[in-house]
Amino acid sequence: MSEAFEIWISAELAQKIREHGVETYPYECCGALLGRDHGFLAIDPHVDVRKVPREILSLFPLVNRRDDSPRNRFSVTAEDVLEAEKSARAQGFEVIGWYHSHPDHPARPSDYDRDHAWPWYSYIIVSVHSGVPKDMTSWRLKDDRSGFMEEKIEAMKASVAK
Amino acid sequence: MSVKVMIPTPLRAYAGKRDSAEFSAATVGEALGNLTTEFGELRKHLFTEDGKLRAFVNVYLNDEDIRYLAKENTPTKDGDTISIIPSIAGGYADNAN
Repeated sequence: MSEAFEIWISAELAQKIREHGVETYPYECCGALLGRDHGFLAIDPHVDVRKVPREILSLFPLVNRRDDSPRNRFSVTAEDVLEAEKSARAQGFEVIGWYHSHPDHPARPSDYDRDHAWPWYSYIIVSVHSGVPKDMTSWRLKDDRSGFMEEKIEAMKASVAK
Repeated sequence: MSVKVMIPTPLRAYAGKRDSAEFSAATVGEALGNLTTEFGELRKHLFTEDGKLRAFVNVYLNDEDIRYLAKENTPTKDGDTISIIPSIAGGYADNAN
């Protein structure tokens, strides 16, 4: 019944997200996903628009602003968001989502994640256990804010990204 | 008087895919009220159930955060631009802040 969302990312960028989570462990890392969303384009009759993926083509790592509880919280200020948008525009992309890590916890969104989520954005979560990266998942908030829908992460060859 | 409200990318699907809309309003709160009257589905993403702006919704009048002005009572003048800027937060624990 629900639409199946997909997000494409190269192995190289996926690895960078994992490395960021390891680098900040046991604290949460965070950053912006820059790329293209084809959802609003394409009235190409040969393409099923719902299946045209969203692609991550660059990352914008950020500093977690939560210095009071960085093990289980991350925060990105409005100024950070504007910087990420500026960087995206300079590369011909847009901010299509955000990533963060869950140190020693599963890669599933919490109620806190849901309460603070925006629709449309993709939220990638990487689980880091004892400093070792584990699962990586991606989520989109439901229109009625009642929960998240999981988005399938597809591996993309870096050379396709251009 | 007319003010322009800039709509951030994640909310455009709820605003007829528009990136901005113009309203006649004397305050920031009135402009946001007009915005969510015209595009009803925006309301739950901008306001809590008791009608307060959500904590991660930042509103700027021209280049100034309205938290440092008169918040939603901040007066507007013709030609002003109101921007809705997301801030992003999350984390694994479901309790505490």
